[in-house]
Amino acid sequence: MAAIKGSILNEAISKSVISRSALRYRKLRDRVIESFLLIAGLVAVFTTIAIVAILLIESSAFFEHVSLIEFFTDTMWTPLFADAHYGILPLVAGTLTTTLVALVVAVPLGTTIAIYLSEFAPSQVRETVKPILELLGAVPTVVYGYFALTMVTPVLQRLIPDLPGFNMLSAGLVIGLMIVPYVSSLSEDAMRAVPRYMREGSYAMGATRLQTALRVVVPGAFSGLAAAFILGISRAVGETMVVAIAAGMQPNFTFDPREPAATITAYIVQVSLGDLPHGSIGYQSIFAAGLVLMAITLVFNVIGFSLTRRFREAY
Amino acid sequence: MSTSAAPYRNFEALRQDLSRRKLIDQLFVIVGLIVMLACLAILAVLFIDLIRDGAPRFGWDFFTSFASRKPERAGILAAWVGTSLIMLVTAICAVPVGVAAAIYLEEYAPKNWFTAIIEINVTNLAGVPSIVYGLLALGLFVYQFDLGQSIAAAGLTLALLILPIVIVATREAIRAVPKAIREAAYGLGATRWEVTKDHVLPYSTGGILTGMILGLSRAIGETAPIITIGALSFIAFLPQSPIKGEFPFVSFEWLKDPFTAMPIQMFNWVSRPDPEFQANAAAAGAILLGMTLLMNGIAIWIRYRYRKKINW
Repeated sequence: MAAIKGSILNEAISKSVISRSALRYRKLRDRVIESFLLIAGLVAVFTTIAIVAILLIESSAFFEHVSLIEFFTDTMWTPLFADAHYGILPLVAGTLTTTLVALVVAVPLGTTIAIYLSEFAPSQVRETVKPILELLGAVPTVVYGYFALTMVTPVLQRLIPDLPGFNMLSAGLVIGLMIVPYVSSLSEDAMRAVPRYMREGSYAMGATRLQTALRVVVPGAFSGLAAAFILGISRAVGETMVVAIAAGMQPNFTFDPREPAATITAYIVQVSLGDLPHGSIGYQSIFAAGLVLMAITLVFNVIGFSLTRRFREAY
Repeated sequence: MSTSAAPYRNFEALRQDLSRRKLIDQLFVIVGLIVMLACLAILAVLFIDLIRDGAPRFGWDFFTSFASRKPERAGILAAWVGTSLIMLVTAICAVPVGVAAAIYLEEYAPKNWFTAIIEINVTNLAGVPSIVYGLLALGLFVYQFDLGQSIAAAGLTLALLILPIVIVATREAIRAVPKAIREAAYGLGATRWEVTKDHVLPYSTGGILTGMILGLSRAIGETAPIITIGALSFIAFLPQSPIKGEFPFVSFEWLKDPFTAMPIQMFNWVSRPDPEFQANAAAAGAILLGMTLLMNGIAIWIRYRYRKKINW
């Protein structure tokens, strides 16, 4: 009897030994898998480091030939000509002008649509329009470039008689139209996040829906709205194909949107379309241009971040 | 008695003020609706024009011909084959890495500065202009890794570009799985990976698929980064076939082949002054647009289906 009991006990103990080693195996496997997952997570960090490193390394080779003073003060950008000038100002001017035109379109339209959708539209309208807006955000930008060149420019030429075939106005307008769905969708999300009782408090005081929207919801959602517009600006600054197709690729130091001009992004495309040897000054110049583009994007993001921080409302 | 007249006058004023405010309110409803419909209408007109401009070129020949100097004989064979192969590379690289990174951040990562760095990086990468990824790829993949101007380089570039999209979508899907499900599994002695593999992932498949398709639909239309690494716009041959007649039957030589892609082909045609080529550009654009909208439609459909199927 005791012997049988003992053997059962032994069996139980030895079984638990097996399961303990199985447990150890499972724990070890968990560790291995965790480290693989961690490596995957680090890819994002490595990508950032690689972007910064590549831009800095190639640009530093560029700045061995070109002084920083020339880079930031010269008003001509002709790195591929015999008479080479390396002033980034024309490209920056082009980028800022198209971005500004885009914002003049996108900010009022985007905000109006967002306020309408969030505060006024019946829920069926909102449920129909929101997916459409998201869908529009996915349209390839090269398609928008085609619109700008072949449809918007001819219309503008009828309104402004001596408008050249390539101009920043048309490119900027189309970029603006392109980021409207994006900006209004994000802004709408931000406004919907404002709690209901704040609106109700405002209604109880006798405010209309528009007054509530403008004086309660918009201030309440300000940090979210700022973030939406900063993302919109980032997209406009970094937009490449629309300007490359519709604004011409001639660097031109002007802030007049009716003129053709190259942006930073358009210049990079122009150089890439040719066949520049690796290590030449033209090749390095696109990295210097890319570095300036990153810097501009960074400046806007820092502004956006500080705005978001300053006006964040906690509910 | 003397004060009763004043509030009465104020009441009239209040009434007028109220009806004025209500009028403005009504006006805004109309203005908002008009602005929204106008924006949507303009975009709709543009899309319809695109399809109308390209309509004469739609046909079997357009899909089975190479680019040509003669606009009426040019087609998109090399472009759509190139785009398909690039998307294959992109999906194979971006999806496992993106999903793994998201699992790490949601299920494993401790709350410390190190995790915060990874999270900040993912957020920031989503805001980096796409052409900068092209510069990264030009310096890193094309010259440092010596991949050249190949399908592999383009696929890797777009994989990096959509990685943040895949990560963010997967994280959202994982976060939507209720804690109780994980705790029940832990309570039965499952390890973290077993909980993730057997419970969290199956429940978040719909969200992950949606994120993957949205990421790929972004990648399919990206032009700037692959122009930067040097896609050729005139290619009159196909990459080597991945399937071979003799052993081992599969070949990866196509990864090293030069390529063109749909958006590149369209850009090339748009930049030509000849209106005949513009029709080709419109046709290519309409097909590209159709592809992205189809992918997005599928993503929305999957999201809808999975949402209906799951009720905690």
